[in-house]
Amino acid sequence: MTTLNRRQFVAAGAAAGAMLAMPALGAASGPKVLVVGGGFGGATLAQYLRRHDAKIDITLIEKDAKFVTCPFSNGVLGGLYPIDNVTFSYDKMKAAGINVVEDTATKIDAAKKTVATAGGQNFGYDYLVLSPGIQLDWTAIEGYDAKAAEIMPHAWQAGPQTVLLRKQLEAMDDGGLVVIAPPAMPYRCPPGPYERASLIAYYLKAHKPKSKIIILDASDSFIKQDLFMEAWAKLYPGLIDWVPLSKSGKVSKVDTSTMTVSTDFDDYKPAVANIIPAQKAGQIAIDAGLDQGTGWCAIDTISFESKVQKGIYVIGDSTLAGEMPKSGFAANSQAKACARAILATIAGSKPVPSKLINVCYSTVEPDYAFEVVDDFTMTADNIALTFPDDRTSPLKASDEFHKREADNAKSWYANITTEMFG
Amino acid sequence: MFSRIFRLLLLGASLGLALSIAGTVLPAQAQESAGMALGDSCTACHGIDGQSQGSIPSIGGVDRTTLLNALVAFKAGKGDATIMNRIARGYTDAELAALADYFSSVKSK
Repeated sequence: MTTLNRRQFVAAGAAAGAMLAMPALGAASGPKVLVVGGGFGGATLAQYLRRHDAKIDITLIEKDAKFVTCPFSNGVLGGLYPIDNVTFSYDKMKAAGINVVEDTATKIDAAKKTVATAGGQNFGYDYLVLSPGIQLDWTAIEGYDAKAAEIMPHAWQAGPQTVLLRKQLEAMDDGGLVVIAPPAMPYRCPPGPYERASLIAYYLKAHKPKSKIIILDASDSFIKQDLFMEAWAKLYPGLIDWVPLSKSGKVSKVDTSTMTVSTDFDDYKPAVANIIPAQKAGQIAIDAGLDQGTGWCAIDTISFESKVQKGIYVIGDSTLAGEMPKSGFAANSQAKACARAILATIAGSKPVPSKLINVCYSTVEPDYAFEVVDDFTMTADNIALTFPDDRTSPLKASDEFHKREADNAKSWYANITTEMFG
Repeated sequence: MFSRIFRLLLLGASLGLALSIAGTVLPAQAQESAGMALGDSCTACHGIDGQSQGSIPSIGGVDRTTLLNALVAFKAGKGDATIMNRIARGYTDAELAALADYFSSVKSK
């Protein structure tokens, strides 16, 4: 389903003369799409374009040879499976005819339509899609910088940080204190810190039952809170304490030399400290001024084209996309909408709004999961929740229900990563 | 894998749910492309071309009536759903019909 479906797709714009703008035949004749970032946004977009148009010249610049997914990386921390299970190569993407370049994109020249890399390469483009994910804000917590993260890992960009945090948990004595410190919204994967607490609790309960987890939270509530609390009371009674913002939960300072984590009123001495600092858009987007000083990139809510710079599209965690959360699933949905918009624009027609979905499964032990599903309606000025209420799995659901959701979470992960990496 | 959908089909039939929801006023091709755009949101869970790995049902190439009845029943809060009842309520009947059109016609590569 390559050319045929694209033809069907652009036929929606036939009234606008789309058929006149079909690209000429010939392998190298297609427009150049350059993608920065090979995660849930960028990989999905590149693969989607390849599947729907054999002629587009697609280059994807990604800094790492392999991609480790943040979704399901909490299972590595809980000892459910090794990091290899959440690590993907770009080999199949390359075999599909996408030019994957292992390098770091550093500078955009929007006038010349080129992107320079740290490795000294230069790539021209007709359409540029940025999906650089997040960067961590090293100024957010006193004493917490990249060096401190080697002692108190954030593990919020999956990979070596995930392995480090897992090793620390394995080395910890029974009876140790684990602190998990989420930032204030908006940040990547809002249910992530609480799923992480759950799966670390799963490991501690089995191997180090005298240990304890304290979540020092910069917020007073969190997504799926009732479902998490219900699961914790049932599965991990007394093991997880949650300290909200209003009870001095917000971490303001750390000292790695004494392993001290401080809020405005209390000092904690954890054996393992998982500090998750505030975040902002990837540096290349900020250097290009696409965030307008806010830390996040405003986009057209139908095409995902930057509000600041024509011809540059931004998807995934770096965006402020209406009411969509920063999640891998959201980035996948956005990538397809953005790809459709680019295909329509190439064909000379106007991007058409559709609907977007986000689903976030949280697994709290291997056979127990629940989710939140968000249905979004795209309009010219917003991506709004179609229905704000009753978005989560029900409370007091049966064990069988939670087992089905755990199975579906695994099925989702297999399917979405296949969509990305082949 | 289709057993749940099949049960819903029976349920839908027994409840006398509408079996033929009128399409939109869009031309056929545009309607199909609208179904495809809507369907893009489905494949993250249900797999490329609706071909799923694991417990989530495959929906690509499934009979249109079976798909539509399942979606309509989910929207009505009926059927054996974990999540689909909450998803389906966000879609108009025409959108559900467009989805059924699209996925029933998808050919896996």
